[in-house]
Amino acid sequence: MIQVKTSEEIEIMRAASMIVAEVLAELKSMVRPGITTEDLDRVAEDLTRKRGAIPAFKGYEVANRVFPASLCASINDEVVHGIPSTSRVLREGDIIGLDFGVRYKGFYGDAAVTVPVGNVTSEATELMRTTREALEAGIEEARPGRRIGDVSAAIQARAERGNFAIVRDFVGHGIGRRLHEDPQVPNFGQADRGIRLREGMVLAIEPMLNMGSADVHVKDDGWTAVTSDGSLSAHFEHSVAIVEGGPYVLSRL
Amino acid sequence: MSMPMPRSDETMRRAQAISASGTVQESLPNATFRVALDNGHKVLAHASGALRMHYIKIIPGDKVMVELSPLDLSRGQITTRTK
Repeated sequence: MIQVKTSEEIEIMRAASMIVAEVLAELKSMVRPGITTEDLDRVAEDLTRKRGAIPAFKGYEVANRVFPASLCASINDEVVHGIPSTSRVLREGDIIGLDFGVRYKGFYGDAAVTVPVGNVTSEATELMRTTREALEAGIEEARPGRRIGDVSAAIQARAERGNFAIVRDFVGHGIGRRLHEDPQVPNFGQADRGIRLREGMVLAIEPMLNMGSADVHVKDDGWTAVTSDGSLSAHFEHSVAIVEGGPYVLSRL
Repeated sequence: MSMPMPRSDETMRRAQAISASGTVQESLPNATFRVALDNGHKVLAHASGALRMHYIKIIPGDKVMVELSPLDLSRGQITTRTK
């Protein structure tokens, strides 16, 4: 069932999403060769608790697996849900996806960015740009009266124009009092299909694009999704409220 | 944090089914067959809807692939005729 939020609830979600955005901004400024994904995870958790919020991913359960950290840090061919570790050191030329969420006053905020470590190839830059623009294209459709398929189709169109493959095994989601709520928000689909968006719905829209094939698999740790062909993958995400007057991007600073 | 794309019930059922090869021994009513599996077990198996839709005849002696229900290993569904 899709939970519709009141404007007061949306403002709480805005506050939660702002904490996410601030943490991500801080993490982005830390990204450089030599630091570990564990360093990023610790800073994310500390900052969140200092703001009076709780990291949403730590202890989160999907299909009987518990995520052990606060941050999802996914390097290069890792698509999403990379587990931070002291042994994962960032190197010049890597790209790293930072996916973070918090719970604040009973509501969740969720967002992600992919950033370069030092200088990266022009192909990697293009992949990140296309993924970000695909997210923006999807957000543009997140208005009352449009349908989920409009969001999905806009993302797909932008991704395919860039000649990148859309990951189909993971989807965006509704968000609110729970991290994952209905509806699912696929990054591919047909315009004018699916449920109609109404004022008060909040969606986490999150395209994941691969440079090579769309095939991904989950590693033995039960979480880390990697591209099957080892190609680079990028991921961007915003929490977006459907309100009169246009998309309200809660997680945009 | 993205969500795994939910699988349909059909996909889940397929994922849990146990696949085995065998030889048809006897044709029974209602498109049911007694199949001797290569592992020695004997099971009752129905021809799948896809086989029936395409009028793929199955007669005793045919080698077939059978998907067994994890709930009842004595019954299954013939998914393909291999010879």
